[in-house]
Amino acid sequence: MTQRVAVIDYGMGNLHSVASALEHVGATEVVVSHEPQAILDAERVVFPGVGGIRDCMEAIRRLGCDQLLDQVLNVDRKPVLAICVGMQALMSHSEENGGVACLDVLPGQVAFFGEAHQCDDGERLKVPHMGWNAVRPAKYHPLWRGIEPDTRFYFVHSYHVVPDNQAVIAGTFDYGLTGCAALAQGNLFATQFHPEKSHTAGLTLLKNFLDWDGTCS
Amino acid sequence: MALAKRIIPCLDVDQGRVVKGVNFVGIRDAGDPVEIARRYNEEGADEITFLDITASHEERDTTVHTVEQIAREVFIPLTVGGGVRSLQDIRTMLNAGADKVSINTAAIHEPELVCDAAARFGSQCIVVAIDVKRVSAPDDAPRYELFTHGGRKPTGIEAVEWATKMAALGAGELLLTSMDRDGTRDGFELVVTRAITDAVDIPVIASGGVGTLQHLADGVTEGGADAVLAASIFHFGEYRVGEAKAFMADQGITMRL
Repeated sequence: MTQRVAVIDYGMGNLHSVASALEHVGATEVVVSHEPQAILDAERVVFPGVGGIRDCMEAIRRLGCDQLLDQVLNVDRKPVLAICVGMQALMSHSEENGGVACLDVLPGQVAFFGEAHQCDDGERLKVPHMGWNAVRPAKYHPLWRGIEPDTRFYFVHSYHVVPDNQAVIAGTFDYGLTGCAALAQGNLFATQFHPEKSHTAGLTLLKNFLDWDGTCS
Repeated sequence: MALAKRIIPCLDVDQGRVVKGVNFVGIRDAGDPVEIARRYNEEGADEITFLDITASHEERDTTVHTVEQIAREVFIPLTVGGGVRSLQDIRTMLNAGADKVSINTAAIHEPELVCDAAARFGSQCIVVAIDVKRVSAPDDAPRYELFTHGGRKPTGIEAVEWATKMAALGAGELLLTSMDRDGTRDGFELVVTRAITDAVDIPVIASGGVGTLQHLADGVTEGGADAVLAASIFHFGEYRVGEAKAFMADQGITMRL
């Protein structure tokens, strides 16, 4: 199978590490672009994101990445992996930056962890949630293949997603609350953590993405 | 479940080579930064910090090139610091592949840079480096102040107050180095580490003075640090990162093993 992957670049942050990690696990060609043709020519698509949601959404819409994503997800039905703010952008609405409307691909909210966020035992939890946390798969999915429950992945975020439909939750983490580490629906998989920064576990997940046919079985 | 505490090997890089001195003198060559970063990545380091200690403008291109090479091969977070003075410097390092950029002296001369950088690039990638020395007499209540120029130049700024201010301005993390301890192998300066970790709600990395694995554990258990940074104990093969993590886990510290 050829492994031509497009990483959607809407100008927010450095995407080289995602591209390097995909190449490292066997992608034959990784294109970092927002040009429609480059994305439509790829077998699979990565939708990353870093930075504030308002600037991200503005850039996504200005460059037409919202329509491209719709085409890739719903018409071409290619495997898509959304990462971090890329995942948050898929929800209906985010509390960040005073409230921003998002893509509404997955109905639900993006919520702040809150000031004075705490564990059950009263331990103060710092926000952003930054570092290596354990991820528990919530259901079987081909992208979890070879990854043990409670394997640690690298997270860095201050907001977390709360989908309306619990059935789309593919994995969870605990940080004073049970948060969504990953969502899955059809040919879409999304992670709050950064697989490209999560060493062996992250590379395994990216390799699984390259091998994935976009179905859940 | 809590986050794992992090071990961060630090590469002090001068003109493209990893070096490590004792109290910033007696510099000893430890090798090629890309090779060393790759080794730490394989050994299970949780992050890597790259500090450009020459930081002269002529060497900047070498640094950018080295950061690009490391970022291509290392799949854990990478922090880059040294000579970062402007939003453009930060952008250059992020584009080269850094996940976080550490601001030190520039934050003292221009605190708004921290605020502007956090607004532009997000707090998660803005680390403020704080170099401190104890200025009080041994019998007096401990007081620590910021120093610049490798610990030679006092600023009169009190450490805890400064840490609180940096957090309020939008720093996502603090890298606290004791200039009294750096390179001595006597262990972290735990008093100021604890004072700062208690005062701020952002992660604190303890740095300066690690000579044994027990020192790393003490940084977390006594200092309250979220991450511990060390250079020479790893560079010369004395300890492996994996060995350090196993040691800390044995003491009941949550680690990514």
